[in-house]
Amino acid sequence: MNEALLRSLTPSVLAILVRRGADFAAAEDAVQDALVEALRVWPADPPRDPKGWLVTVAWRRFLDATRADAARRRREDLVDEEPAPGPTPAVDDTLQLYFLCAHPSLTPASAVALTLRAVGGLTTRQIAQAYLVPEATMAQRISRAKRTVSGVRFDQPGDVATVLRVLYLVFNEGYSGDVDLSAEAIRLTRQLTAAIDHPEVAGLLALMLLHHARRAARTAPDGSLVPLAEQDRGRWDTNAIAEGVEILQAALARDRLGEFQAQAAIAALHADAPTAEETDWVQIVEWYDELTRLTDSPVVRLNRAVAVGEADGPRAGLAALAELDDSLPRHTAVAAYLHERAGNLTTAAKLYAEAARKAPNLAERDHLTRQAARLNSPRSSTSSP
Amino acid sequence: MAKYLLLKHYRGAPAPVNDVPMDQWTPEEISAHLQYMNDFAARLEKTGEFVDGQALAPEGMWVRYDGEGRPPVTDGPFAETKDLIAGWMVIDVDTYERAVELAGELSAAPGAGGKPIHEWLEVRPFLTATPTITECPHR
Repeated sequence: MNEALLRSLTPSVLAILVRRGADFAAAEDAVQDALVEALRVWPADPPRDPKGWLVTVAWRRFLDATRADAARRRREDLVDEEPAPGPTPAVDDTLQLYFLCAHPSLTPASAVALTLRAVGGLTTRQIAQAYLVPEATMAQRISRAKRTVSGVRFDQPGDVATVLRVLYLVFNEGYSGDVDLSAEAIRLTRQLTAAIDHPEVAGLLALMLLHHARRAARTAPDGSLVPLAEQDRGRWDTNAIAEGVEILQAALARDRLGEFQAQAAIAALHADAPTAEETDWVQIVEWYDELTRLTDSPVVRLNRAVAVGEADGPRAGLAALAELDDSLPRHTAVAAYLHERAGNLTTAAKLYAEAARKAPNLAERDHLTRQAARLNSPRSSTSSP
Repeated sequence: MAKYLLLKHYRGAPAPVNDVPMDQWTPEEISAHLQYMNDFAARLEKTGEFVDGQALAPEGMWVRYDGEGRPPVTDGPFAETKDLIAGWMVIDVDTYERAVELAGELSAAPGAGGKPIHEWLEVRPFLTATPTITECPHR
């Protein structure tokens, strides 16, 4: 019995039921029943068409439940509409499920939870563990999300951008417990790439692969943060980088640039450099100019200032930084770094300490505290930023 | 989503508006207070915002290492000066504004005379364990 097979079939079976008119929550219950039945029956009697089998059983369960609810008229309508048995269309329905789970009426947290449940096929317990909340809390979050989308018509085309944002949120959560959310996001985005022909979907997949390729080198064994320039490039996943670059190039060739492609291009330039010194910062600045044009995000402008500091020197970087609101997250950390490069060590030490106090996570706080201590300590003169 | 710790203090915080010590409430008032806290937690579980919560006993003490092969030193409690934490709740909410709103609601728990105690609650954001990749591509 292949659990991965079942998990990969679940979303399309669910999508078919919803497409046929089943309420989202009822459809999910029916699919769960069918999965349990499959686990019982398949080992002795494997079906020739597993998906067709699951659809048939789930649909029967759904009709039984509807009957039990005494919704007689509704059942009759549904039976009338029941399509003739036969091969089931695959890709199209799953795609609709992505759009439903990323519906704008949901909060980002709910959209993420519902996507992992319905499209990813994860259990509520797995999702709860990944987000470090109790299972009961996550169960409520998911059932609220289901109620919210239960009235949404399934055939309305959704907004690809929303779907991509939800998948990127999942990716950024990283991992904890037995679920690696970054890997899960890559898996789902791969599925989406197969279902929808859109350069930004490819751009997001490329971006995820390029980030993920550096993951092993990004933290030391003790969990402390290793900056890009100091990472052991031998630990980067070259297969993932090659795949990401290839997907990105195919997407860029279609000449419909979007923010994920531009971000992936920056990540690709980092991944391409054999050493930190050989990074093509001039081209990275150009991509940041594109990205600024596409998004006009202050976070992008802040990262652009870092790139300018590398391409044109720390004073140019500080000039770019001066144009930005200093309440931006990580603004102080960037200022500290550029001041150190410019040789203003006292200012840099003070700014590193201030940035550490504002850091949003432990790894960054510890890293920045160490930078401040390195500049403050008369005994240490060796290590680099 | 971000997690916040709501801290309830016995002492150390500014005095609540309805400042009558709990041991001078009627049993019914105490029941009403506890019911309010339980209902609050149950409601947050339904909205998918509850993470955890516990009440703490007031008897805390200080413990310190006292050298190789010796048992730790204990001292206190220093009841006059020490800030005492009565309990805590962890919530997981979409925005900072929502965290403040919920802390405000929790502070309205009924006290003496059945009126809200208007106590001060401390709200502290959690540091997340992992850095977000989105915001910093140079990593």
